[in-house]
Amino acid sequence: MTKVIFSRFLQALPTLWVIATVTFFMTRFAPGGPFDSEKAIPEEIKIKLQSHFGLDRPLFDQYLLYLKNLLQGDLGPSFKYPEWNVSELIATAFPVSLTLGALSLTIALLLGIPVGMIAALKRNTWMDYLPMSLTMAGICLPTFVLGPFLIYGLSTQLGLFPPLGWYGPSDWFLPSLTLGLFYAAYIARLTRAGMLETLQQEYIKTAKAKGATPWRILTKHAARGGLLPVMTFLGPAFAGLISGSFVIESIFFIPGLGKFFVTAAFNRDYTMVLGTVLFYATLIIFLNLFVDLVQAWLDPKSRQSK
Amino acid sequence: MSTPTSSSLGKDAWDRLLANKMAMASLILLLLISILCMLGPVLSSHSFDQQNLDEVFQAPSFAHPFGTDNLGRDLFARTTYGGRISLLVGLLATLVSLLIGVTYGMVSGYAGGRLDAWMMRFVDVLYSLPFIIFVILLMVLFGRNFLLLFLAIGAVEWLTMARITRAQTLSLKRAEFIEAARALGYSHSRILFRHLLPNLIGPIIIYATLTVPAVMLLEAALSFLGLGVQAPMSSWGSLIQEGAEKMDAAPWLLLFPGSFFCLTLFALNFIGDGLRDALDPKHSKN
Repeated sequence: MTKVIFSRFLQALPTLWVIATVTFFMTRFAPGGPFDSEKAIPEEIKIKLQSHFGLDRPLFDQYLLYLKNLLQGDLGPSFKYPEWNVSELIATAFPVSLTLGALSLTIALLLGIPVGMIAALKRNTWMDYLPMSLTMAGICLPTFVLGPFLIYGLSTQLGLFPPLGWYGPSDWFLPSLTLGLFYAAYIARLTRAGMLETLQQEYIKTAKAKGATPWRILTKHAARGGLLPVMTFLGPAFAGLISGSFVIESIFFIPGLGKFFVTAAFNRDYTMVLGTVLFYATLIIFLNLFVDLVQAWLDPKSRQSK
Repeated sequence: MSTPTSSSLGKDAWDRLLANKMAMASLILLLLISILCMLGPVLSSHSFDQQNLDEVFQAPSFAHPFGTDNLGRDLFARTTYGGRISLLVGLLATLVSLLIGVTYGMVSGYAGGRLDAWMMRFVDVLYSLPFIIFVILLMVLFGRNFLLLFLAIGAVEWLTMARITRAQTLSLKRAEFIEAARALGYSHSRILFRHLLPNLIGPIIIYATLTVPAVMLLEAALSFLGLGVQAPMSSWGSLIQEGAEKMDAAPWLLLFPGSFFCLTLFALNFIGDGLRDALDPKHSKN
């Protein structure tokens, strides 16, 4: 197990290096620059940036300097807001996105797993058909359609929640629900399929024959195998939550990292773009590793093959 | 059950698809939407970008079946025109992802050994990357170029296609007809494209049908962020974004493009599921 973790760490380094390189040259070769909108660069910024990245030097030297700073964990100052370091900006914006993502995932799991389990247990009754058609609708209803409708219904018409912003817990519900419902629908379908397959296994029959109650069979025997598809889905789900948060943060005017990233790209804020991309990539690589480890713990079969 | 020997695999699959009510209803719905999008801009007496400041924010009426927007543009013309763009992007980007994914998967599976291991490792690494970030970056940095839009989307969506094709290729590689082709001394490319490819069509069609809605969703999300199709052109994504902004004044601006978009996604997903059940009965859901 330690070996697996160690080799994944070693694998992550070249991946991150490729990402840094591609992004660095992509931003530099793109038309436009960070100082296009202003008349001239303020002297103080110029000195700070030049000392950091040697902007007057050839591009390749700048690239090497960036990598050198990166190895020391220094993402440099933002081009647009030079009084801030990129890491400081990420540290301000990411907790907002993290809260949004974590709440959405909680809603998705708390809603999706029970619905899927009930549908599997009550297969081919209305308790299966009704939720399953709803989940199909949930999958086809994109967040940017659902979000405005939820705002219109729950906020504009009923006045239950604030329509936008991110000031207190009352602002958290609508965005998290909008982002979470899609995953709830998907997880419900995966849970149902996984449970149906597990419930047909021999060991479930054995448990039944030994007189275990349906509740005990469900929670003790079937859940572990039946939830495997859900676990497998969590990897892509994390990546999806991140890209979903771009849209959600734009609908609800939330000052999260997604919003920062899109703005930074528009502003040609090179260091901020690079820093955010590297941050996201690292995050996803570690989340994937985490998902694989949990999966190995749940499923002895995949452990052996590694 | 009448004469099982006389019906071919293709006919069996076709019969199963015809019997699937949801899939057939979806197919008809999708056809209707496509026809409307193709004919809509022609039939409508208004053009999609014709402004009329005397008729802003009009509710749906006989003259403007879907109402008008803040510049007095006819929403029916804009929705059907936007549908053309969205469907076109969906099809073209899927084609791009098919070309890359199928070729990559076939070569990887057919070659086997170390090359296969490396090629699949590469796919694994790409899988773990936040690709949407790169698409956003591409669109922001290099302008909202239409060609770039579906190239970028296609380049993101090919990964799963490559995995599916590889798995199928692996299982067919040892089949007798491939051995026979080899024994006859055919070139690798001839074996791949003339003998292997036709036998992969089933899974490819199924997954392609499911890729179209995924691609359309990505395009719409980009347009929603203001990174896709640019004004005065419209796609369903950009119309939904405009509609969401002006929802309080004119809810129909969100309602019509939103419903068209969701219904299309719905239909495509059901057709994909139906095709999977029809072509691959073993993997049907129940």
